[in-house]
Amino acid sequence: MSRTLPDARVQAPAPSGTGGRRLPRTLHPVAWWIWALALATAVSRTNNPLLLFLVLAVLGYVVTARRTEAPWARGFTYYLYLALTVVTIRVVFRAVFATGITPRDHFLFSLPRIPTPDWYAGIKLGGPVSLEALLSAATDGLRLACMLCCIGAANTLANPKRALRILPGALYELGAAVTVSLSVAPQLVQSVQRVHRARRLRAGRTKGLRALRGIVVPVLEDALERSLRLASAMDSRGYGRAGTASRRSRRLTGALMLLGMCGLCAGAYGLLDATAPKLLGLPAMGAGALLCFAGLRLGGRRVTRTTYRPDPWRFPEWAVAGCGVLSALLLFSKAGFNAAELNPSIYPLSWPTLPLVPTLAVLLAGAAGFLSPPPHPRETP
Amino acid sequence: MITFDEVTVQYDDTAEPTLRDVQLHIDEGELCLVVGHTGVGKSTLLGAVNGLVPHFTGGTLFGRVLVDGRDTAGHPPRELADVVGVVGQDPVDGFVTDTVEEELAYAMEQLAVPPATMRKRVEETLDLLGLADLRHRALHELSGGQQQRVAIGSVLTAHPRVLVLDEPTSALDPTAAEEVLAAVTRLVHDLGVTVLLAEHRLERVVQYADRVLHLPGDGRVVSGSPADIFRTSSIAPPIVELGRAAGWTPLALSVRDARRAAAPLRKRLAHTTPPPVRNTPWADGPELLNARSVTVTYQGTPAVREVDLTLRGGEITALMGRNGSGKSSLLWALQGSGPRRAGSVKVSALHLDKPRDPKDLKAAEARRLVGLVPQTPTDLLYLETVKQELAQADLESVDAGPGARTLLDRLAPGIPDDSHPRDLSEGQKLALVLAIQLSAAPMVLLLDEPTRGLDYRAKAELVRIVDDLAAEGRAVVISTHDVEFVARAADRVVVMAQGDVVADGPTAEVIVASPVFAPQTAKILAPLEFLTVDQVTAALAGEDAAP
Repeated sequence: MSRTLPDARVQAPAPSGTGGRRLPRTLHPVAWWIWALALATAVSRTNNPLLLFLVLAVLGYVVTARRTEAPWARGFTYYLYLALTVVTIRVVFRAVFATGITPRDHFLFSLPRIPTPDWYAGIKLGGPVSLEALLSAATDGLRLACMLCCIGAANTLANPKRALRILPGALYELGAAVTVSLSVAPQLVQSVQRVHRARRLRAGRTKGLRALRGIVVPVLEDALERSLRLASAMDSRGYGRAGTASRRSRRLTGALMLLGMCGLCAGAYGLLDATAPKLLGLPAMGAGALLCFAGLRLGGRRVTRTTYRPDPWRFPEWAVAGCGVLSALLLFSKAGFNAAELNPSIYPLSWPTLPLVPTLAVLLAGAAGFLSPPPHPRETP
Repeated sequence: MITFDEVTVQYDDTAEPTLRDVQLHIDEGELCLVVGHTGVGKSTLLGAVNGLVPHFTGGTLFGRVLVDGRDTAGHPPRELADVVGVVGQDPVDGFVTDTVEEELAYAMEQLAVPPATMRKRVEETLDLLGLADLRHRALHELSGGQQQRVAIGSVLTAHPRVLVLDEPTSALDPTAAEEVLAAVTRLVHDLGVTVLLAEHRLERVVQYADRVLHLPGDGRVVSGSPADIFRTSSIAPPIVELGRAAGWTPLALSVRDARRAAAPLRKRLAHTTPPPVRNTPWADGPELLNARSVTVTYQGTPAVREVDLTLRGGEITALMGRNGSGKSSLLWALQGSGPRRAGSVKVSALHLDKPRDPKDLKAAEARRLVGLVPQTPTDLLYLETVKQELAQADLESVDAGPGARTLLDRLAPGIPDDSHPRDLSEGQKLALVLAIQLSAAPMVLLLDEPTRGLDYRAKAELVRIVDDLAAEGRAVVISTHDVEFVARAADRVVVMAQGDVVADGPTAEVIVASPVFAPQTAKILAPLEFLTVDQVTAALAGEDAAP
C-alpha cells in the first residue's frame, strides 16, 4: 500500500467551487471502475432488450464524452465488435443445438437433423428452430455483451497504468507482469506490421500457414527481448524494493490474498445468481473482503512506495461512483416496478415495455458523462 | 565510488570468462569512456556496476564489486537504484509510464521519496535537461533525442551518484546526439556525477572523457588517460588516427586542440590536391533507377514530398537527415514494398526490355530489380541455422545469380553453416541479410541504417562491401547518420528534411558545407578539402616519395 501524504498541500491547489470541478483533469481510475462494475451488476439483473440497448447507449455517450486521446482509449470499438460476436455465437449455437419446439411456438425454419450416437444422447443437432428460442438466445447474448461493454468502457475511460498504481504493494509481482505486457502489447502490433511488410522483401508469402512462421518467429523474439529489457530497466529503477518483510510474512500475505479472492468470487457468484444458496452471497463476500484487506495491509508493509501527484478523490469521483452504485441498487431493490418487467416473458411473445424506475436508473448512470470533469485536451506537438 | 576487486565474470554458455581479474577503481565525478569492439564484454562491465550482472543476466561473478560502499553481491539492482542510474541503447525499451512527468517520477515513487520532494526534483530535472515544455507530452510522440534525455532524466531524479550509459547515442542523428552528450557533460561538471559511458562512435565523446577503460578482447580491462590509451589502442576515432599519422604528442582529442596542433600540417598539405576517397571505375554509369515526384503519406501527413531521384550504376549514395525526415519511407517506396501515394519509379535491368515500376511487379520480380535491407535486418530471418536461411534464399531467387553461400563468403567469410542467425554479431547479421537480398541479383541495392550498432571494424568491412558492390556496377543507397562513414564510403550525398530533398551533390561538397555534417578530418583541416584520414596519409606518403 502506498504511503499517503497526511495532507494534500503539495498537490495541485484544491479547486474551489464548481468552477474548479469543471477544469480538465483525469478522474480517479477506481471511480470509473466502480461505476462500470456497478452498471455491469445492474445489467445482470435484466433481460429486457429495451433496457439493454439503453445501457449500450449510455455507455456510448459516456465513453465518447470522457475518453482521452491516448492509445488505450481507442479500444471501445473493439469491445463493440466483441459484443456483436458474443450475440451471434449465442444465436447460432441455439439454432444448431436445437432444444425442440412446442406447438405454441412460432416456427421459423428447420435445420437438417444430424443423428448423434447413443452415448451422446441429450444433445440434439439440427431440427426445427422457433422464433422464441432465437429471441431468448439473442437477449441472453445481449446481456452478456452489455456486461462486456461495461468492462470495455472502464478500460477505455481509466488509464490502465494509473489504475495499476492503485494495486497494493503486496501484489507487485503481478503488477510488474501486467505493466510489461501493457507496454509490450502495442509494440507487438507495430512489429507484426513491420515484419509483415519485410516479408515482401524476401518475396515470402504474406498469407497462409507457411507465412505464419516467417512472421511469428521474428515478432516473438523481438517481443521477448523487449520484455526482458523493460523488466531489467524496471528492476534497475528500483521497482519492487523490499521493505522489512520476512519470508514468512510474504507467504502469509499470499495465502490471505488467495483465500480472500476465492471468497470474493464465491460471494459475487452468490449475489448474482438467484438460485445460489443464501449463505454464498453476502457472508462469503464479506469474509473475502476482510481476508483481502488483511492481506493487503500485511503485504503493504513489505513494499514502500509513494505516489507522485496521486489522483485525488473529490466530489466528481463520489458522484460518478455513486450514480453507478445507485443505479445498481435501484435495479436490485424492486422498488416501484414489477420485477417481471425486467425479464419480459417470451411465452407468450409480446413487445417488452420500458419500466419507468429501471429506465431512470440506467439514465442516472449516464449522468457520469457530465458529472465527471472533462479530460485533458490533446496537446499539440 | 566504484571498485572492482579481482572481478571475473563467467557465463554458462561460454568457455572463456567474459571479464578476467578486473581490478579497477573509479573516483567520484569522473567521466569514464568504455571502449572495445562488439562482444568483448562492455555491456557485462557496465551491467556489473548495478548488479544486473549477474542478478538479472545469469552467469557467475567472482570477486567483489563495490558501489558507494555497497557490495553488489548482497544488493540486487533494485536496492542500488538510489546509487546507480542505468540508461540503455533504446530509450523506448525502458519507459514504464506514458508521459514525460510520470516517467521522471517513476524511480522516486519506487524509492518512496516524499511527494513534496518529488515535485521539486521533477521540476529541477525538467529544467536541467531542457524538458520543461514537454512535461505533459506522451513519450512515444517525442523525437529520439528528447526520448533519450527523458530516459536520462528519469534515472537522475533518484539522485544517483553513478550514471551508467550503454551506447546512449547510437540510434540518434548527430544533432540529437550532441544534445544528449551536452546534457551528460553538464551533469558531470555541475553535479559531480560519476559517468560510465560505452559508445561506438568515439568521435562524438572522446573529447569529454577523463578516463578510458579499454577492453582489448581477452577479458582484461586496461584503464588510463585518453591520450595514453589511444596512442596504442586498436580502436580509435578519426581525430586520433590523424594525430597518429601526423605524429602529434600529446594526442589532440578535441577538434579545437587538433586545429591548433594541425597548423604545420595544414601548411604542409596546402598545395596538395586531396586524392579521391574512392576510386570510381564507373565514372558515368548507366541510369538504373529513375524516380519522379515520389510522395508518401501516412494518414494524410506527408512523409516524403515529391522527391526526384536518379541512381546510376557504380555510384554509392548516402541518404542523410534527421530522425523522421522521410529516409526510410523513401527507400521503401523506391523498392515498391512500401506505400507510395503518387509519383513514378522506373528501374532498368538487363533481363527487362524496358524500365519497369517495381510496385507493379510481383514481390519475387521486384526484388530482382531493387534489393532492400531494412533497418532491423533480423525481421527477415526466421529459420534455425544460417544454412537453412541461405538455402531458403536460393529457393526464393531462382536462376538469378551466384548462390547465397558464395555471396555470404565474399561479404563476411567464416560464418559457420550451423550457427543460429540470432547469435551472430550485428555486422554478421547484416552480411547474412545482404547475402540473402543479393541472391536475387538486384542492380539497385538500398540499405536502411546499416551502420547502427556497428563498431569501427565492422564499419570498415561495410565500406569494403559496398565498394565491391559498386564496382560490380550496382547502384547502392545507404541511409545513415554517420558522417565519418559517409565521408569514407559515399560518392554522393542526399540530405532530406521534412520529406524534402534539401541537398544533393558530391560528398565533399555536401558534408563540408555544414559544420554539423562535417567529418572530423574536414573540421581540423578546413579550408583544405580533406575528408578522411586515409586521404591525408596518402597525401603525406606521396609527398615523402616525391622530393
